[in-house]
Formats: sequence, structure tokens, C-alpha cells
Amino acid sequence: MADRVALEGTLPVGAIDTRASGWWAMIFVVCTEAALFGYLLFSYFYLAVQPHAPGTFPDSGTPSLTLALPNTIILLASSVAVGWAQFNIQRDDNRRLIIGLAVAVALGIVFLVVQYFEWEQKPFTLSSTAYSSLYFVITGFHMMHVVVGVGVLATVLVWSVLGYFNRVRYAPIHIGALYWHFVDAVWLAVFFTFYITPLLGLRA
Amino acid sequence: MRGGVPWPADHYLDASIAGMFPLRDRFGEPHVEKPAASAADGHTVELHASINPSGNLLWAASSLAPLNYVTGASGAKAGETLPLTWGVIAISVAVMAIIAVLLALAIWRRPGIARAPRMAVGPDEGGANFLWIGVAVSTLALLATIIWTVKVLAEIGKPPAAPGLVIEVTAHQWWWEVRYLDPDARRIFTTANEIHIPTGTPVQFKLIGGDVIHSFWIPALSGKTDMIPGQTNELWLEADKPGTYRGQCSEYCGLEHAKMAFVVVADTPRDFAAWRSHQIAPDVTPGGGVLASGAAYFRMKCGSCHAVRGSDAAGVLGPDLSHFATRQMIAAGVLANTPQNLSAWIEDPQGIKPGNLMQKPELSAEQRGQIVAYLETLK
Amino acid sequence: MTISDYTRAPSVGTEQPELAARLQKIWETAPGIGGWLSTVDHKEIGLRYIVTAFAFLILGGVEALIFRLQLSWSDRHLLNPEQYDQLFTMHGMTMIFLYAGPVLSGFSNYLWPLLLGSRDMALPRLNALSYWIYLFAGIFLYAAFAIGFGPNDGWFNYVPLAARAYNGGPNIDFYALGMILLGISTTVGAVNFVVTFMRMRAPGMSINRVPILIWGTLTASMANIFAIPAVSLAFFLLWMDRNVGTHFFDTAGGGGSALLWQHLFWMFGHPWVYAIVLPAMGMVSDGLPVFCRRPLVGYSAVALATVATMVLGFGVWVHHMFATGLPNISLSFFSAASIIIAVPSAVGVFAWLATIWTGRPVFTTPFLFFSSFILLFTIGGVSGFMTGSVPVDWQLTDTYFVVAHIHYVLIGINVFPVAGAIYFWFPKFTGRMLDERLGRWNFWTMFVGFNLGFFPMHISGLLGMPRRVYTYAEGMGWDWINLISTIGSFVFAAGVLMLIWNVLKSVRSGAMAGDNPWDAPTLEWATSSPPPPYNFVVIPTVQSRHPLWEDRLEGRPDEARSHPHAGLVLEHGREAIGTDPLDAQPDIILKMPGDSYAPLVFAIAVTAIFIGLLLLAWWLVAVAFVGVAATTIVWLWPERALGETREPANG
Repeated sequence: MADRVALEGTLPVGAIDTRASGWWAMIFVVCTEAALFGYLLFSYFYLAVQPHAPGTFPDSGTPSLTLALPNTIILLASSVAVGWAQFNIQRDDNRRLIIGLAVAVALGIVFLVVQYFEWEQKPFTLSSTAYSSLYFVITGFHMMHVVVGVGVLATVLVWSVLGYFNRVRYAPIHIGALYWHFVDAVWLAVFFTFYITPLLGLRA
Repeated sequence: MRGGVPWPADHYLDASIAGMFPLRDRFGEPHVEKPAASAADGHTVELHASINPSGNLLWAASSLAPLNYVTGASGAKAGETLPLTWGVIAISVAVMAIIAVLLALAIWRRPGIARAPRMAVGPDEGGANFLWIGVAVSTLALLATIIWTVKVLAEIGKPPAAPGLVIEVTAHQWWWEVRYLDPDARRIFTTANEIHIPTGTPVQFKLIGGDVIHSFWIPALSGKTDMIPGQTNELWLEADKPGTYRGQCSEYCGLEHAKMAFVVVADTPRDFAAWRSHQIAPDVTPGGGVLASGAAYFRMKCGSCHAVRGSDAAGVLGPDLSHFATRQMIAAGVLANTPQNLSAWIEDPQGIKPGNLMQKPELSAEQRGQIVAYLETLK
Repeated sequence: MTISDYTRAPSVGTEQPELAARLQKIWETAPGIGGWLSTVDHKEIGLRYIVTAFAFLILGGVEALIFRLQLSWSDRHLLNPEQYDQLFTMHGMTMIFLYAGPVLSGFSNYLWPLLLGSRDMALPRLNALSYWIYLFAGIFLYAAFAIGFGPNDGWFNYVPLAARAYNGGPNIDFYALGMILLGISTTVGAVNFVVTFMRMRAPGMSINRVPILIWGTLTASMANIFAIPAVSLAFFLLWMDRNVGTHFFDTAGGGGSALLWQHLFWMFGHPWVYAIVLPAMGMVSDGLPVFCRRPLVGYSAVALATVATMVLGFGVWVHHMFATGLPNISLSFFSAASIIIAVPSAVGVFAWLATIWTGRPVFTTPFLFFSSFILLFTIGGVSGFMTGSVPVDWQLTDTYFVVAHIHYVLIGINVFPVAGAIYFWFPKFTGRMLDERLGRWNFWTMFVGFNLGFFPMHISGLLGMPRRVYTYAEGMGWDWINLISTIGSFVFAAGVLMLIWNVLKSVRSGAMAGDNPWDAPTLEWATSSPPPPYNFVVIPTVQSRHPLWEDRLEGRPDEARSHPHAGLVLEHGREAIGTDPLDAQPDIILKMPGDSYAPLVFAIAVTAIFIGLLLLAWWLVAVAFVGVAATTIVWLWPERALGETREPANG
């Protein structure tokens, strides 16, 4: 620990980079959201190991990867686009910032549309079995997060178009991006749970 | 079903339940049957002393508080736990006393000082030994307790011998369905709210939550095990001496959680075998007269919920009433089984146990009297 | 210098009256109802939290007194079972969720920036939001009770009793949605505390120099961040089961599990118990030494024990489920963890004892509350230790022994420190002292009443009295002991009334306090009482744990001294200093937001979502959701005045 305090010298003023209070707040919002998904997946695994009638967990057999796998790639690609946008605003390139965010928003919307068709294909409903309840509630929670995330990205996109940011003032981009990267990362956990663990043998 | 009940103005049976629960000697000697009882002429204090002169206080405590588990617990399970219970109580009381004394000494070992705008401040030193010694001693006591706990847990985890009897108990809002299992299907029978077990034999219970979560608890014989819908929990226990014990639901289960008790009777193996054979046999349906009329009303008004083996009444929603007259209590440990109480219960079950699922049957006083008379014959 | 400069070298100075006058203009809240609804001042918000929490304490207390009358003797018929069930559930819910947590949030909200030498919390508008949602959630939950549909399944609300099939009314829907709403408030508040800890400490206040209350609230907040989602999720899944036919807790063949509820609830529930005692223990750790005239013994040990308690607290939830039929091998593990968690508690107890032992007591009312707390803490601790031993717990659980335990924890470790804290910090809040003479009466009435009311519950528990029974039969041996409990609870209530009376009386006519009436060492006592809206005229610099005692502490080498009244001058609008998380070296000048209606509007919109969910009025949910989104965007719209966007062209 430093014994003496340095009060001399200049300090940045206002919200910048990772010193913005909002950035720190988002870190802990992500923590609590990650815990939420942790408890959701705990619920999945807890119910998965209870006794079930054969073929009801997962309901109607192991879920198909046909839509889910490409969709996963789409979501990851959107994270790359956001990362590219973040990189470019730090180099004062507002045009690429806008392009990156716009692509990410578009990919986010594509993910939602594909996810809609994935839901449509399911032969069960929310109230069919414990599995179907878990499936729709957990992927539904994730979709809500994607909806919010797309809203966040769209908002910072608008702000970018309005020319609010440059290589010093870009804290809202980093804060929004942090959320979006989290939404993508947590999808990997959801995807692994629902689409991969049955292949590994966790099924009734 | 509840929630929509808009604060009904219940009325209650004012007849006190006082003393209706038969208090018996935990060691199997109902004191009224003691030779001393006839001579004692109602001097109960002397009577108690004469029954159990050595453990008088403990005896008194366990019979005055039938659900207590610090004086009356016995048998291969609760008895094994009892020293641990007293041990942790002793540790806890000692810790409380030590801390209280240290605190008092710390406060009053020297005079206090008066509040002032600017007071002396002592150095930031000293006291560390106090801290570390205290924590070290506490940690040792805690570790010792962990070892003792795990040891007792291992001891009572399994019965000392293979269970001689398996009883399936299903808890319902707010009564107990008891099935005696047997490899021979003809020897399986169902009863309710009163469990008989043989002494000296580990008894295995299969515990089922019939609707919501309940908990099965006979303090004198064993700790609690929850009865959870969707899973079957197991519990074993053993009574070492004949006697009557009280059981109680101990997980909040709705309106009548308070009035969900049961009776456990530990008999000698010979008495138990006799009881069991008797229970397996069907009740005799009376051939004529008032009793036959009571049986008919019972079948008509009560038979869709209650069953009596040997009659046409075969309902399964409520307690099985076969050999009803042999039971000590009615309404799940709420009232002593007397004709007056039975009549009162049938007349107004919602007054005695508001919210319970038995609806008031539409009966004239005469019909009710006939049903009571009939039920009293189900020995 | 313009407001939009990227960087600035702040000047260093001392407290000057004309600087104070300028800061007053910058920071003060507008008068009138508008200012009242839009203020983001942490002191105002903190006081609102405390007052609201006390209102709930009174409601919960009255509920308890009513059912104590019912239980005072066997076969009393004052209440019917449904009334009893709603009352005991409301009592538990109120005390645990609407009083015990929020009252500590109130103290922490008020005190944190003052203890840390800061101008405000890191996120002042979120702070206002967290209060409004708390208030609305409390009203939401009490609305159910007011119309006769109060929650009636106990505060831990086990399924399937809480399922639609066994609980058909809207009671549990109110409870489920109200708890999720309240969870949002708690989470928002927790995030704010953690960020404030990371960023808002005065220059030089490295993490080994923060008061223990900061450690207490910090660990509680971290716990809440990770634990609240469990209970919010559990209640949401229950609401889904009840209203849209999912099967999470369906035990009638749908593949759900009744124990899933218990796991989710207690994964939250146990950390929550620590969250509602650790800040209170922190208040004692900071307050008690003031009246022993020496620093706390074992600061580092107590701070680490606080954190250790919380970390271990996440690993003991199963001890609420010892009787659910889990395998003995896992019970052994959780039993050991539940017993060993007493070690960090022992650190606290012996540190407090040693502080009194090696100090010189000043017999004031706060000292009485803080020192008696040590004994109550010990009693609550050892009864918890007893229930940690599985075979013993199989007897103790769900009896009045556990009721006694939880009340020694919640009253002994929360209410007593809070009462002491009111006596201790009231002079700072209001500038006036509470009446000491009445304070002594108050303390002894509460102490005697509490122990008379609740100690006998240990005995009734050992005599086998199950909890949550609306009555009991004569002949069970519980009559006299319950009568004593009832009498004690009324005496205790009289003590709480004395406290409230003392506050109401002294707020107008108490003796003037001055800045530092107790001659205490921490920064909140360096500013005036009550503090100005900007807290400190200049930002203090800190070089020890006891800035105001440094000149009198012996054995301190001649090193840098703290400067409570000299330091950075920040006067370009609402500004605060941001410092780095470990060493607290300044690294940014933060622009603080002004007063705003956004938190109130946001809270109303969020509450409307929950009303919509309660009524299954999807249009309302949709409208309110749009309202939340719109408010959020307006709220977060970058402002040049706050340095949130780039410079205007050629600016």
C-alpha cells in the first residue's frame, strides 16, 4: 500500500474508458446475470438427474443442431463485430464503429429470427413436461437478454451516428459491448447444456 | 384449497381438550394400572414418585411435555442421539456462561470514564492474545463437535439389525395413512393416525408426501424426516420399552398443521403380533337393530371417503376406520376417542379442525348417534 | 476552465466559507415536492430507507404481538388458522425482507460516502431507484395483505403448498412477484455499494484503512449480487408454474421437484442471513471502540473474518434441508461446514471482548446496545451451532428452538446494533443528541423484554413445540412458557416504542451535538452535523484508519498524517474524486449527476410491469416495458456536462 497520496498532477474528467462508474456497474450487473443463468442451468441439471419416463428428457429426443449450431456461429460473429467496433473507436474511426455496431445489431436480429423458427419446430409447448418448461424458459430468458442487448447496441449505434464518441469518450460503447459479450458467452453455456449434454449421455 | 377464504368467523369447540390425551409413563406403565394407583387416591405427585422414584424429575418432564426429546428420548436411535444433544447443549451453555462472565469482567474491571468533547485514546495494541486464544479454544470445541456429530450420524445411519417390519406412512392434509407392508399380500392392511410397533425390533418406515410436504416426527424415538411428494424417504427407529408415544407433523403444511398428530404404541412383540392379526381380520358388520342402521348410515354418508374392511364402505379420501374403536384418538391426535367426542366431531368437524377436508355430513341427531354406536363396535 | 475539458489539475486547498457557499449552490436539492421526488442525495435516501424500514418493523411487530396473544395459552381462539397463517407469514416476510435488509441499506447509504470521505455514492440515481423500488415492492406486498390475500405459506414458501393446487388464491402470486420486484431493488443497491467501494474512497484510503462497516456492507452486497438471482428465479418459476402451467415444481408426475425450490431458496436464503447481519456487526466493530477509547482489536482479522463468513455462507445452505432425506455422506459435509463457520464469528466475539477489556468503557446508550449485542450474538451463534449438528438438528429443526435461534440472530445481531447505531449516529443525522436517560430505560426495557420473550422459546423448542402451529392442546406442557414469551414480547415492544419516542422527541428538542459529540475517529465526524449536501468542503486525504485520532494514538511512527479538512477542491459542478480500487490513489475526476425524476419514473414503470403480471394484463406489461426502455434511454443519454460524450466540434 502506498503510504503517501499523490494529489499533484492532472486527472481526466468525466466518464472515460474503464474508469467510468458505469463500466464498473456493468461488471457487477454481468456477475448477477451470470449467477442467474447459473441457477437456471442448475435447475436444468437438477431436474435432469431426477427420474423421468424414457424419452421425456429431453422431450422428443436429442435436440437437432440444424438451426442451433449456425445460429450459435451467428451470435459469436456479432460479438466479433462489436469487438471490431470497439477497437476502431479507440483509433478514432467513427465510420468503422458505426459499421461494426450496425452489423452486430443485424446479426442479433437474425439470431432472434432463427431462434423463433427453432421454437416453432419444437413438437412440445411450455406446459408439456418439465423438460419443455426448462427449454422454453431458459432459452426464453436468453432471448430476452438478446432483445435487451440489441436495444443497447441500437442505442449506442444511434449515439455513434450522432457523433458522440471519439478515441477518448467511448465509455458507453464499452459498457454496452460488455453486456453483449456476456449475452453471447452465456449462450454458449445454454447451447452446451441443451444441445450437447444429451449427446454426451445426459438423457432419460 | 385455500387462499380464497375471506377471514371466516370460525367457531370452535369450547369443550377443552384438556387432559384428553392419555399421558402415560414413557416406560410403558400407564400409571392408573399400577397397584399403587388404587391406594394413592388421586395424589398424583406421590403416585409419580412411587412409579419411578429414581428418575422422578425426568419422568415428570417427559410426561408433562409429551413431545420433548431431552428427557424422554430412548431406543436405539433417539437414545443414541441423546448424549450428543446434551453434549452440544452443555457446550453451548458453557460458551454462553464464559462469554457472559468475560463480558461482565471486561466492562466492570475498571471504572468507566465520562463522555467529554475530547477524551484520551488508548494505543492500538494489546488484546491480540485474547483474540487468538479465544479463537483457538473455540475451534477445538467446534472440531470435537464435528467428529462427535459424524460418529453419531454413522451410528444411527443404519439400523443395528435388519428391520423386522416395514410400514408405509403417507401424510395427507391433515392426517396419516398407515400401511403395514408384508411379502404376503393378504397380510397387508391399512390403518390411520395410530401406529403400533413391536419393541426391541428396528422398524423401517417408508415415508410419502401425499399432497404437500409434511414431516414425520416421534421425538421420543427419532428425529424428523420430511415426507415429500414425488420421493419416498426412509427412516428407521426402534422402541426398547413398551409405551405410548406421541408423533406430530413438523413441517408447516397448511391450515391444520397444528392439529396433525398421531399416536405410536410400542407393544411387546407378542402383543404386537396379536394386534396385527386382529387388524388384518375384517370388522364384523352388525346383523340388525340400531347398529345395523348405524352401519347403513355410515356406508351412505361416510362410505365414499372412509373405509371399513368387512363392510361396503371403501372410500379412500379419508382415514381408513377399520377397527376404529381400538384407537386412542380421533381426528389425527386431536380428541380422545370417546363416544361424546366422536359425536361432537361428526356433528361439526369444521368447528373442531377448521379447514380440514371432512365436510359436515347431513345427519339427524338420531342418525349420528347410530353411526357413533356402530363405530364404537369396530373393535 | 470549461466544463468539458478532458483533463484538469485540481487545486488543493482548505475549507473556506465562500467555497462552501458555492458548493451548497451546486449540490443542494431544489425545495418543494419536486426536489423531494427527484433528489439523489445519499443522505436523504438513506434516511428514507431507515424510516421506511422502521415503518415495516412496526407493522411486523404488531403482527407478531397479535399472534403472541393467540399463543399465550393453549387453545386460544383469537385468530382462525387462515388469519394466523397470513400473520406469521407477513411477520417473517416483513422482518426479514422489508426491515432487516433495508434498514442496513439505509445506514450504509447514509454513512458510506461520509465514512469514505466522498461526496456521494458512485451511482446516485441508481441509489434513488433502489429506494423507490423497495418502497413500491413493500406496498405491493402489503396490498395483498390489505385485501385479505396475504402470503400464507411461511416466508420460505415451500412448494407444493405454494402451488396452485393447494393455494388457489392470489396470495402467493403477490408474494412471488413482490419478491422479484424487491430483488431488483436489492441488486441495484448492492451493485452501487460495490462500485462505490471500488471507486469512491478518499485519496489514501487503501483497503486496509476502511472502516469495518464498509467491509460488512461490501461483503453483504457481493453476496446479494450472487444470491438474489436464486430467489428471484425460484419465485419466477413458481409464478410460471402457477399461471402458465410449467412443471418446475410439479410433483404430480410432471417431472418437477419439490426440493428444487428448497435448493434455490436456501442457496439464496443462507447468504441472505449473513447479508442482514454482517453490516450490523460492522456497525458494532466501528461504534464499540469509540466507547472503549481505543481502536478495534484485530482489525485485519475481523475484516477477513467478515469476508470468510460470507464465502463459507455460500456453502452451508443444505443445513436448512437436513431432514429432507439427503444421503448421510453429504449431510456430514454440510454439517461440518455449518459448524466450522462459527470460527470467523468467534474472531468477531473475541475481538469485541478484547476491545472492551483493554479499553476504558464510556457508559453511553450506544455502548450498552453494542456491548450487550456480544452476548446476544453468542447465544444466537451457539444455538446455530447446535442446529449444525445433523442428529441434533433432526430433533431441533422446525421447533421453537429454531424460532428462538432466528430471533437471536435477527434481533440480537440486527435490531440491537441498529438501535445502538441510531443512538450513535442520530447526532450526525440531525445535529441533536438523543436523550441519554430515556436511552437507558429504552435499552434495559428492550434487553429484558427480548430475553424474556425469546429465551424461553429455546425451552419450548426443546419441549417439542413445533413452529407455525396456530394453537396447541393443553397437556403438551407449553402453556406457561408461552405465556412468559408473550409477556416478554410486549415488554420488548414497549422498548422499541421508547426508541421511537426518543427519536421523535429529540429530533426537535435534543441537545445540540456539534460535529463530533462522541470524539470518534472516522471521517463522518469530520464534517458538520447534519452534513451539508456536498458532505465535505474539500476532499479529505487519509493515511490511517483513524483520521481524527491520529494526534492521540501512541506508538504511531511519525509518518504522513490524514487531512480531514484539507485536500482536493472540486467545484466545477457536481464532482467527486475517483480512486483506484486497492491503494485509493486518485485516477479520475467524476462528474456526478444532478437530481432527476428518471429513477422515480423507472420505478413506477417497473412496478407497473409486475402489476400487469399479477393481473395477467399483458397489455399493461407491454406498455410498462416500453416505459422502462424509454426511461432508461433518457436516463442514460450522454450529457456533455457529465463528460459523457466527445467535445463539440471546435469546442
